[in-house]
Amino acid sequence: MVEHRPWNDIIAYAILTLGVFIVAFPVYLALIASTHDAATVVGGNMPLSPGGRALENYYRAVFVGGSRTSREPVGHMLTNSFISAIGIAVGKIFISILSAYAVVYFRFPFRKTAFWIIFVTLMLPVEVRIYPTYKVVSDLQMLDTYAGLILPLIASATGTLLFRQFFMTVPDELLEASRIDGAGPFRFFWDTLLPLSRTTIAALFVIQFIYGWNQYLWPLLITTQDSMQTIVTGIKKMLTTTDELAEWQLAMATAVLAMLPPVAVVVFMQRLFVRGLVETEK
Amino acid sequence: MEKSAFFNSKLLPYLLLVPQLIITFVFFYWPASQALWQSFLREDAFGLSSEFIGLENYQALFADPQYYKAMLTTVVFSTLVAALSLSIALLFATQADKNLKAAPAYKTFMIWPYAVAPAVAGVLWIFMFQPSLGTLARPLRAMGFDWNPLLNGNHALILVVMAAVWKQISYNFLFFLAGLQSIPKSVIEAGAIDGAGPMRRFWTIVFPLLSPTTFFLLVVNIVYVFFDTFGIIDAVTGGGPAGATTTMVYKVYADGRLGGDLGGSAAQSVVLMVIVIALTAIQFRYVERKVQY
Repeated sequence: MVEHRPWNDIIAYAILTLGVFIVAFPVYLALIASTHDAATVVGGNMPLSPGGRALENYYRAVFVGGSRTSREPVGHMLTNSFISAIGIAVGKIFISILSAYAVVYFRFPFRKTAFWIIFVTLMLPVEVRIYPTYKVVSDLQMLDTYAGLILPLIASATGTLLFRQFFMTVPDELLEASRIDGAGPFRFFWDTLLPLSRTTIAALFVIQFIYGWNQYLWPLLITTQDSMQTIVTGIKKMLTTTDELAEWQLAMATAVLAMLPPVAVVVFMQRLFVRGLVETEK
Repeated sequence: MEKSAFFNSKLLPYLLLVPQLIITFVFFYWPASQALWQSFLREDAFGLSSEFIGLENYQALFADPQYYKAMLTTVVFSTLVAALSLSIALLFATQADKNLKAAPAYKTFMIWPYAVAPAVAGVLWIFMFQPSLGTLARPLRAMGFDWNPLLNGNHALILVVMAAVWKQISYNFLFFLAGLQSIPKSVIEAGAIDGAGPMRRFWTIVFPLLSPTTFFLLVVNIVYVFFDTFGIIDAVTGGGPAGATTTMVYKVYADGRLGGDLGGSAAQSVVLMVIVIALTAIQFRYVERKVQY
C-alpha cells in the first residue's frame, strides 16, 4: 500500500464537499425560491432558508398557471414530457433490438450495407438538420403530435450498436441448443435472447428516457400549441421577458418539477444509468 | 467479428430491419439531403418559389463577418467549457478515487446534474446571476462590480460557460473515476516504493495512463459544447446581447427561424455537418478497436 497520511483524507473530503456544494447550490436555490412568494424572490433579498409558500406555488404551477404572464399550467406539460420520453425510449429499443437481431443472427445480401446505413446516423445530431427535418414532419402532418415529438428522435444508431455488441457476447452454443430443440428465429428471440437482454434493455431505457425528457430544440420547433408543450420548453416561456415581472417563484417550481423525474431515475437506478452511459459511448 | 451460428431465412431479416430503415430514411437521410440541396437554393420569404444559385449561399456565408464572429464564439466557448469541466472533474475524480468511506455517497451527489436538462440548467444559472435579483449577482454588484449579463456580452458568455461547465462536470467525473479505478494499484505502489510523492505519481504515472479517457472525453465534450448547449444558450441569453453568445449551432437556428434565411441556414448546416463528420472520424480512429465491423 502507498503511504497513508491522515491530512490527505481531510483534503480529499474538503475538496469533494466543495464539489458537492458547487453541484448542489443552484438546485438548492431553485428549491428555496419555489417556497417563497413573488415579492420576496423579486425583492432580491431572498433568504437561504425555505419559506411557507411551497404548497401554494406548486399547486399554482401545476394546475393554475401564472397570473401576469397568462401561461398555461404545467400539469399537462408533465404528461407530454412523460409520453414523449417513454415513447422515445421504447421506440428506440423496439426498432434497434430488431435490427440488431437481423444484423447479427442472419446472413443475407446487403447486410453490411444495412448496417452502415444505420451506422452513419451516429454522425449527425438532429440540431444540424433541424429545418429540413421540421419540413418533413410538417409535410407528414405531424406538427403538434406525439408522433412528431417522438419519431425523428429515435432515428439514431446508438441502440442498434449497443444491442449488436451485446448479442456478440451471447455464446453461439445457445443458438445451436435451441435449434436442436426445434426453435425457429421467433422462439429463439423470445425465449432465449430477450430474457438475456433484460439488463441491456433497462440500461438503454434509462439513458433514452433522460435524453427524451431533456429535449429542448426539437419540441420548441414543432409544438405551436401550448397543449403540446413539454415541461422543458414550457419553463423558458415563463421567463421570456427575463425581467423582474416574470414570476420567478413559479418558474423555479417548474424547474424543480422538470428536474425531478430524470434526477430520480439517475439516483435510484444509478447502476443501470452508469452502465448505459458507459456502454452507449463505446 | 462474426457469428458462426445463424439463421437462414430469406425474408425475415429484411422485415426486422424495415422499421429502423424507414425511420432512418424519412427522418435522417431525406432531411440531410434536403439540407444539402437547399444550401444551393434561394427561397423567397413564403417558400413558394426557389431558384438554383450554386455556391452563392456559401459565398455569402464566408463573406459574412457575423459568421466569423459566431465561429470565434464557438471556439472560445468550447475551449473554455472543455478545459474547465475536464480539469474540475479530474480534480474531484482523483479525490473520490482515494480510499474514502464516503466515496460512493459523494459519487451519487456528483453525477445527478447529468440528468438536468440543459435548458433547465440555464434557467437555474440565470436565476442566480440575474443582475437585480440574483442571489450571487447582488453581492457582486454591492462590491461595485457592474455585473450585467443582460447587457454585457462578456458577462453573458461567462454565465453561459459556467452553466455549461456545471452541467458537464458529472459526466466527465464519472468517466474519469472509471478510468482511474482501472489503473492497476501495483503500478502506483511501485512508484511509491521508488520514492515518488503523490503529486509526482499523479503526473508521471496516473495522468499518462489516463490519457485515452482524457482524449475520449475531449472529443465528447467538444461535441457536447457544439450541440447540447443549445438549450443553455437559448434559456440564458437567447444568443445575445448583440450576438455575443451566438454559437454556430445557435446561428443555424436563429437565421432559419427568426431571419427566415433558409438557404443560408442550410449552408451553415452543411458546414456543421462537415465539422461533425471530421470530429467523429477522429473519435473513431481512436475507438476503432471497440467498434469493429
